[in-house]
Amino acid sequence: MCGKLETRDLNLYYGKAHALKGINASISACEITALIGPSGCGKSTYLRCFNRMNDLIDNVRIEGQVSLDGGDIYAKSTDVVHLRKRVGMVFQKPNPFPLSIYDNIAYGPRLHGTRNVSAIEDIVEKSLRGAALWDEVKDKLRKSAFELSGGQQQRLCIARVMAVEPEVVLLDEPCSALDPTATFRIEELLLEMKCKYTIVIVTHNMYQASRVSDKTGFFLMGELIEFGPTASIFEKPQDERTDDYIRGRFG
Amino acid sequence: MVTVSTRQTFSIELDNLRVKVLNLGALVADMLSNSVTALAQRDEAKIDAVLVSEMLADDLDREVEQECMRLLVLQQPLSADLRAIVGALRMATELERIGDYSKDIAKVALRLRDEEFFKPLNDIPRMASLAGEMLRTALRAFADHAPELAATIPSKDKVLDVVWHGLRTELAAFMRKDPGIVNQALEFLLVARYLERVGDHIVNIAERVYYVETGDALPSVKTAA
Repeated sequence: MCGKLETRDLNLYYGKAHALKGINASISACEITALIGPSGCGKSTYLRCFNRMNDLIDNVRIEGQVSLDGGDIYAKSTDVVHLRKRVGMVFQKPNPFPLSIYDNIAYGPRLHGTRNVSAIEDIVEKSLRGAALWDEVKDKLRKSAFELSGGQQQRLCIARVMAVEPEVVLLDEPCSALDPTATFRIEELLLEMKCKYTIVIVTHNMYQASRVSDKTGFFLMGELIEFGPTASIFEKPQDERTDDYIRGRFG
Repeated sequence: MVTVSTRQTFSIELDNLRVKVLNLGALVADMLSNSVTALAQRDEAKIDAVLVSEMLADDLDREVEQECMRLLVLQQPLSADLRAIVGALRMATELERIGDYSKDIAKVALRLRDEEFFKPLNDIPRMASLAGEMLRTALRAFADHAPELAATIPSKDKVLDVVWHGLRTELAAFMRKDPGIVNQALEFLLVARYLERVGDHIVNIAERVYYVETGDALPSVKTAA
């Protein structure tokens, strides 16, 4: 395996509950990987392994290997703050900070030591342009981020992630609270972003997975049942359980 | 894992679509057989039957197309469901085309209904019989979800091609020998050509059946590519 992100024999337990069962997968750089599966199947848990968000949950135990560019994410020497700079995350509900649009973007670079005002201005503009939001907000950068629509807030959150120049962007159902127009804008944005970033997206929307992703992984009851090129998964899945799920034959 | 169908209505609609395609197939199989019988026996009732059936076949093809579009738009199918709908759409088009060729043969029968034939018709009924058998096999493969049965069809088409090439050579020889029979021989040549093309359309149907059931191209097609 030689992916940007890799997991080998990954098991995760919430107390006694076995949430991830022996997951082996390799996620390639500059591709969009979609994780699908019914609620509670482990896809979000798996996503959170890549930037150690599960560390924040009590009674979590992890076995096996999770690596970024071959480096062990769970090594004692790993600086979690630095890891989360390299592996950014966007959540289901847009969660802008209670700050101005400008300060939402500037927050990360400042936290990581950038003090030069003009450098920060450059980062703010570049990130907002990267998230296809600049033209809509350039005249109101000092306004509260809460004045933006839901779709704009989610793009702001993506811009905020881009501002610290991550290598990987994790997205956990980023469009589930958005209307179709805002959803399509985010999807277009992801397609534009993938030449620079490794993107992993958890989605309940199979059509979103089929529209944007290069690879798709199907999770069921903590197992990665099938992982492969998206077109193959949706046209001719190899496993009957994948077929049943994507055809809506159970649930 | 408990498997509970959450899309029962959709499953029934897919079954209904399949039945529509099979109905079109049965109609077209009759048209094919009747058109050549009409030619061989100068049977005007059969000529009329084919011409009327061709309109029905067009209507059925349109119905299948509309139903496929409706299911694609409203159900957004994936995997085997998607293949089934795309397959049905393609199969209906192929069947409709076979219906058109049957109508063309019936029109030849109409033109020749009062003529004495310069030779007994052997190879044309034989080609029609081979094509009819291929079509019934393809439809059975579709009805029974039997890709292995569909896979037998390309080799049958090769037999049809051999008869076509033989007949073409024979008719050319007749025409060189007696220019007086050229008009009739050209009509026979047209019919034989239609039947050869019908064989190709049935191979296309077999390919669709194989793809619908397996998600793969027919092995012989793969090798040829």
